Amino acid sequence: MEIFEIVTYFILLGLISTAIRVVTTSNVIHAAISLVFTLALTAILFLILSSEFVALVLVLVYIGAVIVLFLFGIMITRAPLGKNAELDNDKNKKLGAAIAGSIFLLFSYILINGFDGEVTIASGSSTELLGEILLTRFIFPFELVSFVLLAALIGGITLARKDEALIDKDQV
Amino acid sequence: MIVQPVLVVAAALFSLGIYGILVRRNAVMVLLSIELILNAVNINFIMFDAMLADTLMQGQIFTIFIITIAAAEVGIGLAIVLMLFRNRQTANINEFDLMKW
Repeated sequence: MEIFEIVTYFILLGLISTAIRVVTTSNVIHAAISLVFTLALTAILFLILSSEFVALVLVLVYIGAVIVLFLFGIMITRAPLGKNAELDNDKNKKLGAAIAGSIFLLFSYILINGFDGEVTIASGSSTELLGEILLTRFIFPFELVSFVLLAALIGGITLARKDEALIDKDQV
Repeated sequence: MIVQPVLVVAAALFSLGIYGILVRRNAVMVLLSIELILNAVNINFIMFDAMLADTLMQGQIFTIFIITIAAAEVGIGLAIVLMLFRNRQTANINEFDLMKW
């Protein structure tokens, strides 16, 4: 189990450094790519904590779909692709750092004092049990979430399509 | 494995996301920071699930729900940003002051 702890500390270091890069880099594409690394390291952490199904869902949904959507958003909104000094609001930098720092200090104080424990890394798969619980005990929220996805689908199409009057009749 | 370092790193990711939301000017970058916050919450859920060894695995199930809602949120958010960009030719949130008096 010693090797898992060393690997976990490396993952935590990587998480912090890539997350700092997401919020401080002045290049929009680099921010999206750093988020990919953050999510991949999170997936490895989930694998170590023996929740392999969630790790796979994270890779599929986030790295596979959400980041691609973000790259589309960056390119469609014509954000300057190179270095861009205008990306940050410099007026807010000190205030933002103060607020984020105080939130971090408060949270870590509470977490260090409030929780104490060890995790024994279990071997074996938990996916079968997870599927069974998800489709019996949690079937109502499961269905509800699929309804939310349908609503988001319809809402996304309605918001992003062009206005009816602007569409050229000849193109239809 | 000790629990506290992972929880503190999750808190650090959360506060970095808050910093990104407050500082970034481009709306897409703000959405990226929101993803960072949701990821921190996911790490916390999975860590507590592993720590408590819950028989109902509620930590993992809630994480799956959070990932689903986050995907829906990104879709809607980027559609809104796209519409704003089409109407105002910019994605900088400090220029969207229509609902501010």
